[in-house]
Amino acid sequence: MDQGPSTPPRPAPRPAPRMSATFDPVTLAEIRRAAATGIYDIRGYGAKRALPHFDDLLFLGASISRYPLEGYRERCGTDVVLGARFAKKPVELRIPVTIAGMSFGSLSAQAKEALGRGATIAGTSTTTGDGGMTPEERQSSATLVYQYLPSRYGMNPDDLRAADAIEIVVGQGAKPGGGGMLLGQKITERVAAMRTLPPGIDQRSASRHPDWTGPDDLEIKILELREVTDWQKPIYVKVGASRPYYDTALAAKAGADVVVLDGMQGGTAATQTVFIENVGLPILAAIRPAVQALQDLGLHRTVQLVVSGGIRNGADVAKALALGADAVSIGTAALAALGDNDPAFEAEYAALGTHAGSYDAWHEGRDPAGITTQDPALAARLDPVLGGRRLANYLAVLTLEAQTIARACGKSHVHNLEPEDLVALTVEAAAMARVPLAGTSWIPGGGGGQ
Amino acid sequence: MSDQIDLAVATTRDLNGALHGLPPDTNRTLWRVLNPRGQHALAVGVDAPIRVEIAGHAGYYCAGMNGGATVVVEGNAGNGVAENMMAGRVEVRGDASAAAGATAHGGLLVIHGNASARCGISMKGVDIVVGGSVGHMSAFMAQAGTLTVLGDAGDSLGDSIYEAQLFVRGSVASLGADCVEKEMRDTHRTALAARLQAAGFDGVDAGSFRRYGSARRLYHFHVDNAGNY
Ligand SMILES: Cc1cc2nc3c(=O)[nH]c(=O)nc-3n(C[C@H](O)[C@H](O)[C@H](O)COP(=O)(O)O)c2cc1C
Repeated sequence: MDQGPSTPPRPAPRPAPRMSATFDPVTLAEIRRAAATGIYDIRGYGAKRALPHFDDLLFLGASISRYPLEGYRERCGTDVVLGARFAKKPVELRIPVTIAGMSFGSLSAQAKEALGRGATIAGTSTTTGDGGMTPEERQSSATLVYQYLPSRYGMNPDDLRAADAIEIVVGQGAKPGGGGMLLGQKITERVAAMRTLPPGIDQRSASRHPDWTGPDDLEIKILELREVTDWQKPIYVKVGASRPYYDTALAAKAGADVVVLDGMQGGTAATQTVFIENVGLPILAAIRPAVQALQDLGLHRTVQLVVSGGIRNGADVAKALALGADAVSIGTAALAALGDNDPAFEAEYAALGTHAGSYDAWHEGRDPAGITTQDPALAARLDPVLGGRRLANYLAVLTLEAQTIARACGKSHVHNLEPEDLVALTVEAAAMARVPLAGTSWIPGGGGGQ
Repeated sequence: MSDQIDLAVATTRDLNGALHGLPPDTNRTLWRVLNPRGQHALAVGVDAPIRVEIAGHAGYYCAGMNGGATVVVEGNAGNGVAENMMAGRVEVRGDASAAAGATAHGGLLVIHGNASARCGISMKGVDIVVGGSVGHMSAFMAQAGTLTVLGDAGDSLGDSIYEAQLFVRGSVASLGADCVEKEMRDTHRTALAARLQAAGFDGVDAGSFRRYGSARRLYHFHVDNAGNY
C-alpha cells in the first residue's frame, strides 16, 4: 500500500528544563559560594525574602458612619512626646518618624551628619550606634538619642549626659541575639580609636551586656543610668522582635520610658545572611502583642512604643500607628533617601558584581554612594547639607502621607488611628495584625495570644 | 570636716544629687556614706576629685562611670563595681561580685578580697588589681588596660582578648580562646611594680607574676578558626 511521502523522523519531545523551586538559582549560588570559601555569607540590609507586611493591610477610610476631616483645612496633629513617664526632660518631636541608630563606623561621618541635619529640619531625633557619639552628629542633631550597647565602645558618661535620651540596646530586628560586626576594611584609625581597638581587625561586638543579664538586673541598670544623668533623660529599651509581649512587659516593668521594637526586615550594617533571613518576627506580627503587653499593664501611651523594620512610606507609618505604636523609626529608607542604591551609580554597582537596588555589601566599605564607607574619597561624595535636605524632604512626605490617611479616617491626630480603621488582605496578616480579613468580620487566631 | 549622708534617712538620689552638684574645685572633699545596706548605684558618675567612703556593703554598680572621685567601699561590692570608670580610684575592702570594672576606660580599681566571674570584662583601659582571686571568664573580650591578680584565676581567663595585659601570681584554671602566656620582660615588671605600689600592695614582688595576653589569631576571620568564634 502506498504510504505517501515519508516524513523525516522527529526527535522525541523532551521535558522543558525546570528550575527547582527549592534549589533556586540564588540557593545554588550560595551552596557554591559556601563550598568555595568555607565561611558564612555576611551582608548588610534587612531580610530580603517576602514577608507579611503593612502592604497586606488596608485602611477603610470614611463612610456614612465615619466622616473625614477636610484635607488642607482641618488640623491633623503629628507631634509625639517620648519619655514623660520618668524623665524630667522628655523628648518632644514634631513628627512620629525618628531616625534609627546607625553606627559611625558602619556609616561615614558625612552620612551621620546628613542624618542629623535632615532629622533636625524635620523636627525629629536621630540616634547614635555601636561605636559611640561623634561630635559631628551631636552638633548636627537637635535631638540625639545615645545608644547604650553590649560592646560599650566609646561609652562615655559625658556623652550620656550630652544626649537627649538613652537607648539601651538589647537587640535588633535583623539579628535578635546577635552582636555587632565591623570588618577590618572599615576599622580606620578614627573608628579604631573610638572603639579602643587595633586598626584593621575584624571586630565582633558582644551580643550580651557585660554587666547585667535578665529583667531584674535591667531594672538596676536603668536605675544607674537615671542616677548618673540625674533623672533628666528618657530611657528607651530597644529589642528585636522575638517575644514582643514579654519583652515589652519586662522592659516596661524594669522602668523603661520607651520601648523600641525592631522587626526582622530591619536593616543592619553587617550580619550573617542566615541570621537576617531566619531569626525574629516581621514587624507586622510584633506590634499587637507589644501593645497588648502595655495595655495589660495599664501603660499604653504612658510607656511609648516605637516600631521599626521595613517602614517605607506614609501608609506604613499610619498602619504602625493604627496598630498602637506611638512612633516609627527608619534606617534603610533614610539611607535610600540619602542616595543609597541609586541607579545613578549603576556602573559602579555593576563593577562590584551587583546592581542598584540589590547592593547590600554595606560591610565592605566600598559604597559607591559614599554612605556605608570609611573611605575618605567615597565618603566625600555625600554632601551632608544636600543629604540632610533630601532626608528632610522624604520625612515631610512620610508625614503628609500619614496625615492624608488619618484625615480620610476622620482623625485629628495620627495617634487617633486605631485597629478598627484597618482590614487585612490575607489570612496571615489578619491573624498577625489582629484585624478582620477584608470583607469579613473574621480575625483568625482569636485576635489574642502572647 | 567631712560631709555625711546617712542612707537610713536619705535616698540614693539625695546622695548622687549632692555629689553631682559639686564643682571641680570644691573644698568639700570628704564624704562619709552611712548605712549603705547594699543599695544600688551609690556614688555613680562622680566627676569631682573628692573622696567618698561607703561605710558598709554596696549593691550593684557602685561608683559606676566614676569620672575622677576616689570611692572606697568598706565592705563588699555587688555586681559591676566601677563599671565604665573613666578616671579616679575605686577601692573595695571586701569582695566584689561579678563584672567588677566592666568596660572601664581608665582609673584604678583595687579589690582587696576576691572578685567573682567576668572581672574586667570588656575592659578598655582601666587598671584593676585584685588582692585575692578572680572567677571564670575574667577579662573576657578585654580590649585595653591591665588586670593584676595576686591570687588565682578561674576558667577561661582572657577569652577573646584584644590588647589588655593580664598578670596572675597564682594558678590559672584555664586560658580562654586566643589568650596565651607571654614573656614577662623588664618593662612589664617595672610597670607592674608601680601599679602594685599604687594599689597599696608594696611588699609584693612583681617578679612573681606571669603575664598573659592575646595571641592575635582571631583578629581576622578565618575558616580554620571557626570553632573559636
Ligand atoms: C547601616 C546600619 C547600621 C545600623 N547600626 C545599628 C546600631 O549600631 N545599633 C542598633 O541598635 N541598630 C543598628 N541598625 C538597625 C537600625 O537601628 C534599625 O533597627 C533598622 O534599620 C530599622 O529597620 P529599617 O532599616 O527597615 O528601617 C543599623 C541599621 C543599618 C541599616
